[in-house]
Amino acid sequence: MIDYESVMSSSVRSLQPSGIRKFFDILENMHDPSAISLGIGEPDFVTPWHIREAGIYSLEQGFTKYTGNAGMKKLREEICRYLMRRFALRYDPAGQIFVTVGGSEAIDLCIRTLVEPGDEVIVPVPSFVCYGPLVTMSRGVPVYLETKEENEFRLTAEELRAAITPKTKLLIFPFPNNPTGAVMERQDLEEIAEVLRGTDIMILSDEIYSELSYGIHHTSPANIPELYEKTLVVNGFSKAYAMTGWRLGYVCGPKPILGQMLKIHQYGIMSAPTTSQYAAIEAMKAGDEDIEMMRESYDKRRKLMLKRLYEIGLSCFEPKGAFYMFPSIKSTGLSSDEFSTRLLKEEKVAVIPGSAFGAGGEGFVRMCYASSVANIETALDRMGRFLERL
Amino acid sequence: MTDILKLLEEDSRYTPAQIAAMTGKTEDEVKKAISEYENASVINGYTALIDWDKTEVESVTAFIEVKITPQRDDGFDRIAERIYQYNEVESLYLMSGAFDFAVIVTGKSLREVSQFVSLKLAPIDGVISTATHFIMKRYKDKHRAFLVEKEQEERLLFV
Repeated sequence: MIDYESVMSSSVRSLQPSGIRKFFDILENMHDPSAISLGIGEPDFVTPWHIREAGIYSLEQGFTKYTGNAGMKKLREEICRYLMRRFALRYDPAGQIFVTVGGSEAIDLCIRTLVEPGDEVIVPVPSFVCYGPLVTMSRGVPVYLETKEENEFRLTAEELRAAITPKTKLLIFPFPNNPTGAVMERQDLEEIAEVLRGTDIMILSDEIYSELSYGIHHTSPANIPELYEKTLVVNGFSKAYAMTGWRLGYVCGPKPILGQMLKIHQYGIMSAPTTSQYAAIEAMKAGDEDIEMMRESYDKRRKLMLKRLYEIGLSCFEPKGAFYMFPSIKSTGLSSDEFSTRLLKEEKVAVIPGSAFGAGGEGFVRMCYASSVANIETALDRMGRFLERL
Repeated sequence: MTDILKLLEEDSRYTPAQIAAMTGKTEDEVKKAISEYENASVINGYTALIDWDKTEVESVTAFIEVKITPQRDDGFDRIAERIYQYNEVESLYLMSGAFDFAVIVTGKSLREVSQFVSLKLAPIDGVISTATHFIMKRYKDKHRAFLVEKEQEERLLFV
């Protein structure tokens, strides 16, 4: 009988499973159609038809083979054109970009390419759950840096300066932020540039929510001239075009780094899905209006949910990006885990405890507003009732 | 200001409070704007999108191409008025191309609609010819697909 524990890598075994799983398990076991989930973070739109149709057409044409490792040239060119058009970012389609299996693969590749055992990686939290575990897999050391509600969950120059040590290799830059909805504006970025001046600390800028910025235009660290050469931009199609299941993203940055990084992608993935790449070309060429339409729709629901949160007496920082609210539940005296568990069991509304997103998330819950107006209203009515009972 | 109209077109049951929240206006501003739209006939009514095929009620709809001779002075308008005032007429459009009016007519049965065409519509002075097409299945109306939405397999993941 093999002792499986002993044959597995200790870094894998040391990874914590996502603390969230149990909420979806409870939800699933309820088998209750009246349960409302504001838990999952993905668009509630179906991929626009013309994009799906382009994928279907590529199948009809028999385009079912691998593409080049870096992704189709045509797609890389279209992405570069898009990045210039939308965000004034200049990248060379030959060598400064390649296409990955979702933004997630790109994040993994950046960390594996840069991090050596013992290197410190600064991870602002609350944030998406993947960064720390991926750093651990490279035997690096995640250094969690708590962003604060009073700073609108922005990363401040002072906090960053205090976290930097001679071992710091990489700064994770997760803005617009999941779960807080925080954004970083040009002024903030210039202050970050000031802190990083004279260092070789690289930035992994996870910009998957860049198109979902409300009332402001997204600025990338790579828009700051002196940060351009330090920055790896990760982006993708999932959030902007409601293409989560197509699994398509990309990474842009300095040629020497991408050249090395491409080797891992070659050995591990070969090439991103061909059908998805054809669909993505259509998205890049003719999808700007879809983005606009979806952003407007999210923005209306963002305003609605924020107003309803205030009405039921929860305080919440106004998020300017992504599609999440991160209200404080400290006034209830419950932990975010207790709050979420009881809300789910007693009122059948699923939200995610902030503690799942790392330090600084305790005392908050994440609610996704990419849900119908009727769902948002009903969920908030039930939350209001729940709060009154406490 | 058209964002109020867009929201009402999306779902006319949105309350002024909801619309106010979603557009960043006050409830009073929204109420005032809506009543102005109503007075100016920008908003001409509120109705439900019903798939009668899923009910007990028998209903047929026909799309009728009508060719007419325009009237001196009034052009098409006078004949249009004579047509659209029938309760059976759901919609009436003046068209470019091979025919003049597109008339959408609903009735309880093929017979009822046919009778409307032959006894009421075709005899109107100025109507040269009609061609009636019965609607067999309604897939989408006013941006709403009428088919049952298919749900992807349930997923338990964390993003």
